[in-house]
Amino acid sequence: MIRTASQLLLAAVLALPAAAAAQATRAEDLRYPPLPRFDIPQPERVVLDNGMVVMLLEDHELPLVEATALIRGGSRLDPADKAGLASLGAGVMRTGGTQSMASDALDDYLESRAAAIEVRAQDDHLQAALSALKADFPAVLRVFADVLRRPAFDARKLEVARNQAIAEVARQNDEPGQLLAREFKKVVYGPDSPYGRTETFASLGKIRRDDLVAWHRETFHPDRIILGLAGDFQRDEALRQIREAFGDWPQGPAWKAPDVPYRKQPSPGVWFARKDDVTQSFIMMGHLAGLRSDPDFYALEVLNQLFSGSFASRLVNDVRTRKGLAYGVQGQLDSGYDHPGMAWIFVSTKTQTTGASIDALLEEARNLTAQPPTDEEVAKAKQSLLSSFVFNYDTRREVLARQLTLEYFGYPLDWLSRYRTAVEGVTTDQVRAAARRLRPEDFAIVVVGPAQGTDKPLTTYGKVTPIDLAPPAPAPGKK
Amino acid sequence: MNRNSVTCALALLLLVFAAAAPLAAQDLASFEAKTKVHVLQNGWTFIIVERPTAPVFSFATVADVGSAQEVPGITGLAHMFEHMAFKGTPNIGTRDFAGEKKALDALEAAYQAWQAERLAPQPDAKKLERLLADFKTKQQTAAGFVVKGEFDDIITREGGVGMNASTGADETRYFYSLPANKVELFAFLESERFFHPVFREFYEERDVVMEERRMSTESQPIGRLVEQFTSAAFAAHPYHQPAIGYTSDLQSITMTDAERFFQTEYVPSRLTTAIVGDVHAETLIPILDQYFGRIPARPAPPPLRTVEPPQVAEKTVVLEDASQPMYLEAYHKPASTHPDQAVYDAIDDVLSTGRTSRLYRSLVRDKKLAVDVESFSGYPGEKYPNLWAILAVPAFGVSNQQVQTALREELEKLKGQDVTDEEMARFKARSKANLIRSLRSNQGLASQLAEYQRLYGDWRELFRYIDRLDKVTKADIRRVAGEAFRSENRTVAMLVNKPGDAPQARTQP
Repeated sequence: MIRTASQLLLAAVLALPAAAAAQATRAEDLRYPPLPRFDIPQPERVVLDNGMVVMLLEDHELPLVEATALIRGGSRLDPADKAGLASLGAGVMRTGGTQSMASDALDDYLESRAAAIEVRAQDDHLQAALSALKADFPAVLRVFADVLRRPAFDARKLEVARNQAIAEVARQNDEPGQLLAREFKKVVYGPDSPYGRTETFASLGKIRRDDLVAWHRETFHPDRIILGLAGDFQRDEALRQIREAFGDWPQGPAWKAPDVPYRKQPSPGVWFARKDDVTQSFIMMGHLAGLRSDPDFYALEVLNQLFSGSFASRLVNDVRTRKGLAYGVQGQLDSGYDHPGMAWIFVSTKTQTTGASIDALLEEARNLTAQPPTDEEVAKAKQSLLSSFVFNYDTRREVLARQLTLEYFGYPLDWLSRYRTAVEGVTTDQVRAAARRLRPEDFAIVVVGPAQGTDKPLTTYGKVTPIDLAPPAPAPGKK
Repeated sequence: MNRNSVTCALALLLLVFAAAAPLAAQDLASFEAKTKVHVLQNGWTFIIVERPTAPVFSFATVADVGSAQEVPGITGLAHMFEHMAFKGTPNIGTRDFAGEKKALDALEAAYQAWQAERLAPQPDAKKLERLLADFKTKQQTAAGFVVKGEFDDIITREGGVGMNASTGADETRYFYSLPANKVELFAFLESERFFHPVFREFYEERDVVMEERRMSTESQPIGRLVEQFTSAAFAAHPYHQPAIGYTSDLQSITMTDAERFFQTEYVPSRLTTAIVGDVHAETLIPILDQYFGRIPARPAPPPLRTVEPPQVAEKTVVLEDASQPMYLEAYHKPASTHPDQAVYDAIDDVLSTGRTSRLYRSLVRDKKLAVDVESFSGYPGEKYPNLWAILAVPAFGVSNQQVQTALREELEKLKGQDVTDEEMARFKARSKANLIRSLRSNQGLASQLAEYQRLYGDWRELFRYIDRLDKVTKADIRRVAGEAFRSENRTVAMLVNKPGDAPQARTQP
């Protein structure tokens, strides 16, 4: 390249102060000392006689103790006509008090100690969490055990929880992003799949206190619980307290992994939910993806990073920075632990550029194979994953949380150290092969937004199925 | 004392904690002893906390600059600058800065010419078209010099996580975390962008910000309600302006506006950076001096003059909307640095924190009128007199009026009767525990320290504040409730469901 004399002079002038101060003017010129050796903290794993798995990781920096229990269950096991059972059950286990402490008294007890116990249902697991100051931990742990073992399910609190769930259903079409995510899942997993269905007024209205009691009796057994403890405790002492609280709890019937149905074939086409009170179209497209145990999982991690992992990634740079089409744009192939995750690309854009944005997303998806990842892109993505690797275990709470998840889904407990080695070994060819997992021809495209004012008709992208956003029906009979 | 490098170890906190919470004092001692403040000659303040629990560190830079600095015509500019702070410098993000500089100057001249015609009383359509075409050509030329996303790319490649920024009414925050061996990279990148930011891709990014406005304000029921509410609550103070900016302004702000805003507002003395993690002040400080010391001191702009006059009439905003009802009510209160702030926070706690709170027990548990009630203060900013507000989500089939009546009863009770001993004990215990919990994350701690330094001029206020909460009395709560909860001091905003206007399914557009 030929430079003019003035350009060279300018370059020299600019370089001067930098040289004088001995500081870098380019990030590439910086040299870093090696990162101090820092091993991944390993929680201790103990199995109680009744089969309950306990994981402990001491952390004495702050006077806090936190416990998390993962319990086999989840909303995917709800009966079809009682969607919401696990969610209400989990919530009311905590808010409804225990056999030794009434519901309001339990709230008073915890909050006066600035402690918290919460129970929640996710799709594929239940989670109970405790947080307490060190001094209060032994007492709060006993209450925690009571919540798990002997909940009272105060009927009054069931009505409060039901009221909240009903309000959510009534509001479920108010926020376009939430509406989009729900309908996309429904299309991908199928409307009848426990992964696609949603709570309704009818399903919530059917759930009685007896249902919660039965649900608890069938679900909660010590051999279906993994309890993790992180914080300022002493191992022997904590184990003794855990044994006291849970040791006499008899084992339950053998656990059988559920067979949860979902749609295995792709659902190509377009789905449209008309919403006229917004100024953007909210768009999501994709299909079913795979499992974390799949052999190309690590190649997909690298692919996700170069596709949408940063502002410099393909998707964000092209759709947001270069074309200015959106503030929100993101996409990845999510791998599930025990059931397939979703491959999805999301954008929200002004109504007038709906078609342009769908085109842009489809182009990005096709380009993953048409202009396959280069060696440079792959190297950069790997470098990002590896140099930020330490953030996977920089706090003990995170380490423990991950170990609980691995234990729950039956993944090897040294998964994290394997991860580093595996990412190091990913080749460009493997990333290119993984990119073929994204199949634009199979995309379900879901659009939420105004009916008028788009730049292209949605029929451009396939047969359009309208999504019925019926206004909320009257509240179901309750009490 | 030599002002060049005022570095002091602060052990004072220990004493504060000994008085307020002996348990916490012991366990927090390590934080206090390892905290150093370092002020550069140009006025930039650094707070360094040595916390070698893992080989990582986080930082937060807080600029004492926000949308309150904007005047009509340039609303949204503080936030726009925040986006531009990721676009690089003469050293980052360009293939050839000398060439790019010329291209950017030409681009700006073309934009100004087009805009002058566009805003003329009678724009000439032909001329407009020609000027726009010229602008687009220049935009293409300038784009040719850009190394896309290089600023972010460097951070990501070197292992940075959690990179983001936020703009509020009176502060702008920039933050991320890096592996501990990359402090020099942080010093280089962070000093670069506040030394000589380059506003490349300005007009492309303006489109991105307009999409952000459509997404977060126009397309969310709460976004629509809050924008109307805020503009009603403040008559004179710039707090009434949306931080995201008005559409007309977003369509008109220029690169020149951004450059002027940066030069005037982003003076080093208005910047504070807190760094928390596996860092060593002794080795870090020379690096900070070297990189951040490059930035010349500039005079701070004069303080904001407008003071919100006392409200004399109740204001009510009713937004008819396709969404389900939502209720918001707010009262004017002093700036968050006022001694009564602790009392407002105590009121918050008693009214709406947790399942023991009065509003939960009354509105959610017993009367079943609401499914969620939150109160908060410091809206939309903290530096100037601001609002204490309650947001209630009515239960299905319940009107805003029913919620309002029940809510007012609780506010009235606070004026007339003392809160209980249990309530007093609870908020005091909770505030101490919350402080301890907030220390868990490097990033959270860095943000808090920088924020307290910006607001109070002393990061130690974060810890002293617990002491002030501890001193709040029942009489304080009654007094403040009486002062604040008056009808003429109130703004109400209601989102009312327009009947028969729920979104209907139809065939494709």
